[in-house]
Amino acid sequence: MSEARPASTTAPGASAAPQRLPPEATGGVTQATMVKKSAPKTDYRPSDVSPQRRMQRRYTVRLWSVRHSRFLEWFYARFADAFLLLHPVWKKIGYGRVEAPVKFVEKRVKGFLFDCRMCGQCILSSTGMSCPMNCPKQLRNGPCGGVRANGNCEVEPDMPCVWVKAWEGSRNMVKGDAILAVQKPVDQSLRETSAWLRVTARAAAERESAGAGR
Amino acid sequence: MSGDQDENPSGPHLPLEPRPGHSSRGRLERILRRGEFAVTAELNPPDSANPADVYDRARIFDGWVDGINAVDASGANCHMSSVGICALLTRMGYAPIMQISCRDRNRIAIQGDVLGSAAMGVANILCLTGDGVQAGDQPGAKPVFDLDSMSLLETIRTMRDDRRFLSGRKLTTPPEVFLGAAINPFAPPYDFRPLRLGKKIAAGAQFVQSQYCFDVPMFRTYMQRVRDLGHTENCFILCGVGPLASARTARWIRANVPGIHIPDPVIARLEGAADQKREGKRLAIDIINEVKEIPGVSGIHVMAYRQEEYVAEIVDESGVLKGRRPWQREAGRDEERIARRLDEILHAETPQTQADLVKTAHR
Repeated sequence: MSEARPASTTAPGASAAPQRLPPEATGGVTQATMVKKSAPKTDYRPSDVSPQRRMQRRYTVRLWSVRHSRFLEWFYARFADAFLLLHPVWKKIGYGRVEAPVKFVEKRVKGFLFDCRMCGQCILSSTGMSCPMNCPKQLRNGPCGGVRANGNCEVEPDMPCVWVKAWEGSRNMVKGDAILAVQKPVDQSLRETSAWLRVTARAAAERESAGAGR
Repeated sequence: MSGDQDENPSGPHLPLEPRPGHSSRGRLERILRRGEFAVTAELNPPDSANPADVYDRARIFDGWVDGINAVDASGANCHMSSVGICALLTRMGYAPIMQISCRDRNRIAIQGDVLGSAAMGVANILCLTGDGVQAGDQPGAKPVFDLDSMSLLETIRTMRDDRRFLSGRKLTTPPEVFLGAAINPFAPPYDFRPLRLGKKIAAGAQFVQSQYCFDVPMFRTYMQRVRDLGHTENCFILCGVGPLASARTARWIRANVPGIHIPDPVIARLEGAADQKREGKRLAIDIINEVKEIPGVSGIHVMAYRQEEYVAEIVDESGVLKGRRPWQREAGRDEERIARRLDEILHAETPQTQADLVKTAHR
């Protein structure tokens, strides 16, 4: 019986072609360029952007949302109130049971307007309606030091910095100063859950405890 | 005596010289390659910033173990880092086995840590994939898993043998480390497990430590298969053992810790005992006595979580050391230099002024 012998990918002789190593970078060229240049030649060479940009290349709607942050702030306040009014309904059906349809709508609506990534802990109201999860570093507390002079992103040179836009958006909003609050780290275990339901349930609980304390 | 063989001929205060065919300067590799039965133990990482906590916890292993595992947030629970523990242990001349898990750091951080730890004198590195974050005290953390245990082994082997980073950039001094990995013969798919060990060996594993063994017949079957594949010639296998505190703990572990297999008879034996803790220790010793006879087992890895004080007893009563006294202080390669520096600081007669320093800076 011949056993399938595991092969090592770096052991000498493992691969037919000798491994091409990028040469050391010299003056004027970064090592990253050398690494990219020495990548094996192939006919298929995808564009040199992040996987997220490959998934979604435009951000016109996202920029529209930031320009209309004042209106969206007003609209969201009404919307949240309506959702809270419906709290008895959600409770009766069961939050667990309404999660799937609500999430379906939330994902599409916020996905269209803000390129939402469903982090499950929406802070759009504190970020000028510019979703911070679209920042390649997923910064939630303001821009990094790498923003280009034209206001574009350090990682994605042709994309306006999410936080430059957030600052602009927040200046239009009534409660725009929420951008100054320090945000907690993202709880990754809440990803792909409904922020709308979470906010509603929390607000309902607060209202109840306030009512009981009276 | 083994102790004398693991000493620099010019004096015990000097670092060990590299041996031909060895990949590290460490004692653990020397002992395993000499065919002696090795004993390693796991240090319970402190939740504090006090170095004394690490020193105290390491001290109870003095004279009983050949290597101390510095765990990297095992179970995804936050503790002092394995790099930090290793920095302290090497300072005290212990032989740590630094665990690296792929859960919390990407390849950039890991390769940097490998260089740093090797520079501190860490001679053994154990490559792990790591538990999922959902199991730990901070389930909201972002899981990294940039590499996995296999590619991590290959990454460090590349750094050591080919003297380069994964990217291809050269290293001026490669990390001289003895590479380890973990095995779990007690989880499905059982027929793939021995082949997976083969993959780890191909990726660079030179020794492996197993998950807790409570089912000796199962381990024996696994070892039979591993021997048939010829893996015991290329890799040293250390069997993981440890005392169970009580039948209740055993049940809890079985239900809540993924990957630990505890058969019913073991729990029944603990339940039937008057002193369950004592019986748990007895059980560990019995298992050691059985596994040490299995051909291809090169040592044991004692994991006595929160019962570290029993490690000495367990090792002593099982007699695996056969009178050998492991551990002696291991000298670091930079120790002389540190001593010289300390001497300079303490005994410099006329301290140089900054003005003097500027004048001599470019000479």
